[in-house]
Amino acid sequence: MERIPILKLGEFLLVTIQVDMHDRLAMTLQNDVTDMIVKTGARGVMIDISMLDVVDSFIGRMLGSMASMARILDAETVVVGMQPAVAITLVELGLSLTGVRTALNVDKGMDLLKASIARKEFDSGTVSW
Amino acid sequence: MRQSVRAKAIDIGLTLVDQTKLVTAASELARNILDHGGGEGFVHIETLTKGERTGLQVVFEDKGPGIADLELAMKDGYTSGGGLGLGLGGAKRLVNEFQVATRPGEGTRVVIIRWK
Repeated sequence: MERIPILKLGEFLLVTIQVDMHDRLAMTLQNDVTDMIVKTGARGVMIDISMLDVVDSFIGRMLGSMASMARILDAETVVVGMQPAVAITLVELGLSLTGVRTALNVDKGMDLLKASIARKEFDSGTVSW
Repeated sequence: MRQSVRAKAIDIGLTLVDQTKLVTAASELARNILDHGGGEGFVHIETLTKGERTGLQVVFEDKGPGIADLELAMKDGYTSGGGLGLGLGGAKRLVNEFQVATRPGEGTRVVIIRWK
């Protein structure tokens, strides 16, 4: 069965979407990502969409629900690498990806994840000064 | 389908943003056929010329149940299939011309055009 690979990078998971998404593939990916979060205790998920030249409302919805699922499992999600033409199209389509954090590239996405995890630990008092 | 639309859009010289809008609109409408059109449909892609202008027309036809209330179906946020309801209204915003003809029980035909 076709599958999108999930790489573990320290306490983060990296998912690179390179192929056209269809329903079954999206469901498999949601299952795999949530399983991996639980199995590895990952604190963050980075979804790289730089290879996608089209993001329609189906893929947008999939990204949103993955971010919500991850949040419930105590992991932050950031979507990175959106192409400019895709951003323009998404807004005109009416999809603003509310609730999905974005960063320009993998490096910036990693910074964002690290910062938000640090803030979360500080807020919850797990980090003592 | 998407690749064919993209290739033709490049052929007629649409800008990258316009290509992306057209292909995204086509993708929304193709998913509509899969979700509501009984999964069976036709897509025709055609290059148009009107005076000096060139454009790309994509026609979607299905033999599904049709759309009972077209005005409602065009509204943002309306959905009957568990989606976000951006399908028709969203696709319309991404193209220059948009026409829907539907007959309950017989099917739906959507025509979109993006001019260069």
